[in-house]
Amino acid sequence: MKKRFSLTLMSLFAATVAIGSVSAEEAGHSEIERQKWTFGGFTGQFDKAQLQRGFQVYKEVCSNCHGLKRIAFRNLMQPGGPEFPEDAVKALAAAWPNQITDGPNDEGKMFERPALLSDPIRGPYHNDKEARAAQNGALPPDLSLIAKARDSHRDPSWWVHPFLMLGDIVNAYQEGGANYVYALLTGYSEAPADFKMMDGQYYNKAFAGHQVGMPPPLTDGAVPYQDGTPPTVDNYARDIVAFLSWAADPSLDQRKRIGWQVLLFLIVTTTLLYLGKKRIWANIKH
Amino acid sequence: MGGSTSSYVPTSRWGKWLDERLPIARLMNDSFVDFPTPRNLNYLWTFGGILTVCLIAQIATGVVLAMHYQPSDAAAFNSIEHIRRDVNYGWMLRNLHAVGASMFFFAVFIHIFRGFYYGSYKAPREVLWILGVIILLLMMATAFMGYTLPWGQMSFWGVTVITNLFSALDTIYNGLGTAVVEWLWGGYSVSGVTLNRFFALHYLLPFVLTGVVGLHIWALHVAGQNNPTGLDIKQPSDSVPMHPYATAKDAVGIFAFLILFAWFAFFLPDYLGHADNYVEANPLVTPPHIVPEWYFLPFYAILRAFTSSFLGIPLGQYAKLCGVIAMFSAVIIIAFAPWLDTSRVRSAKYRPIFKWFFWFFVFTCVALGYLGSKPAEGVYVTAAQIFTVCYFLFFLVVMPVVGLIETPKLLPRSITDDVLSKGGAAGLPSGATAAPEAR
Repeated sequence: MKKRFSLTLMSLFAATVAIGSVSAEEAGHSEIERQKWTFGGFTGQFDKAQLQRGFQVYKEVCSNCHGLKRIAFRNLMQPGGPEFPEDAVKALAAAWPNQITDGPNDEGKMFERPALLSDPIRGPYHNDKEARAAQNGALPPDLSLIAKARDSHRDPSWWVHPFLMLGDIVNAYQEGGANYVYALLTGYSEAPADFKMMDGQYYNKAFAGHQVGMPPPLTDGAVPYQDGTPPTVDNYARDIVAFLSWAADPSLDQRKRIGWQVLLFLIVTTTLLYLGKKRIWANIKH
Repeated sequence: MGGSTSSYVPTSRWGKWLDERLPIARLMNDSFVDFPTPRNLNYLWTFGGILTVCLIAQIATGVVLAMHYQPSDAAAFNSIEHIRRDVNYGWMLRNLHAVGASMFFFAVFIHIFRGFYYGSYKAPREVLWILGVIILLLMMATAFMGYTLPWGQMSFWGVTVITNLFSALDTIYNGLGTAVVEWLWGGYSVSGVTLNRFFALHYLLPFVLTGVVGLHIWALHVAGQNNPTGLDIKQPSDSVPMHPYATAKDAVGIFAFLILFAWFAFFLPDYLGHADNYVEANPLVTPPHIVPEWYFLPFYAILRAFTSSFLGIPLGQYAKLCGVIAMFSAVIIIAFAPWLDTSRVRSAKYRPIFKWFFWFFVFTCVALGYLGSKPAEGVYVTAAQIFTVCYFLFFLVVMPVVGLIETPKLLPRSITDDVLSKGGAAGLPSGATAAPEAR
């Protein structure tokens, strides 16, 4: 009985892993495709070089409209992130075009000053109204949490649903937001002939309603990479998504590392407790 | 708490001195060391211990989180991000607390289903069972208010939808519902005032919960634990002392459960949450789908099953009221199980018909959970209505009727007999000769 149960459990496990990988490939054209990320799954960690490239894309492209207010310059140095050297970050902060409003000074006036390591990475607008006024009524959201604040939904049939869910749990799938942002950045195209576009909107197959106010931000070669990575839209999109995923979850590397230590401890302890329990109950039929 | 005979013997002078003044060590000994435990308990009985651990973990992480959290509409969302990013190991505390709520409910659902399957609600455990339902209600209230605190979009709109339910009272007495809702909100809409009071209550209720858990354990130690056979302990050989036997088994169960807990807390911390809650609350923007946390989904499905008509019955203006009444009844009705079930046999192991209905009831609850996560439209509504009927039929028809018409299998003479016959004799005779016990 016990054996049969564990056999069923094991085959169920195998089936869910299999279904999980199949469904990822089968994802239809309208659905958000699942990408491979270095930080994905239960072993994934951020790739430092990719985060650095991603920050470069943010700095040269995204930061023209979007802020990153929950990341301070100092965070760019911390372990588990892009880990830029301190001097470089200090210089970066001092030269950041969107200065910090500080004050009031001794004359009672607010003033602008260059950013310090402890300051947040500000976007170009002081508030939402200024942003909307400059952006034709659209609001470029702050990107600090965007990779967690978005998700890619699937709508499987009800009988597949539990298996997909179990597959995601077993594979520790948490990259729905990353996949969505990637799909958005690479989802621009000409609108189909019969699709009515509104003024100042751009066709994007990943965006709900397919009309987005953000013009296609990435073009091949726009950001010169120093490390030999081909400067393509696809690479830009992957790198910026990795960077934004870090910005949304800066403790990911540490979290998973500690997670494995915790799991190892728990598995060993559970095993020992089980052996102890077996011994204690050895002479008692139950 | 224990029986009248105590095996506690103080070993030191200090122990003897204290025992004559405050016999707390004796109480502990009689309740958790020498307490007679059925020898045939399976791992489903470790969920009591697992739930105790969940409660302690929630309080421990919660108290520390409260030290860094700011309950105001302007600061709440930012303070959660502050905890995630700047507080030392704040991300861990926050994940443990958020995932802990889900784990708590997961464990409590198994605990309750265990009770249904083995008839743990039947005499003499009715009060124990009712205390359990009160605990469930307190857990739901606490979790609901706790989910408000991050002040994300789903927090805000979840509160808005659920507190608005009380406005249905307007259909009974005009103005009553509105008054209740405004009283809950502390204003004319969900605002920072609401957040502030929910934080106060979210901090208070777990301690009330702890008190009721104390009563629950007290009642358990008076009636004694049920067991897979559903038989009472009749002779010394039916039981073993709680320590080291049950404690050793509990420890295995608790640590095995912690593996699952850690898996979610460290590798899937956001899996059970919702992406919209990483967007700060905005009263002007409604998310496309407002969904509660997964553990409320079955009840949410029941609530939404009552649209302008229910399986062809027109409800008109009373639709919302019916939904609200049904949703609360779905929890309250559990408390009546001891009197709704007419069978004298406790364990479904010996109840061939009830057993099938039990599993169908589990399926009903899961199906309602699935439907609660879907938009309330088309076939989903019809399905939710059918399963809502199934849910209540289980209590109102299956429990009373099956107990009357079912012929239970032959019960073993005692727990010891049952245990010793396992693997030995070729199974127990079943069926025909098993007249139901005198009613």
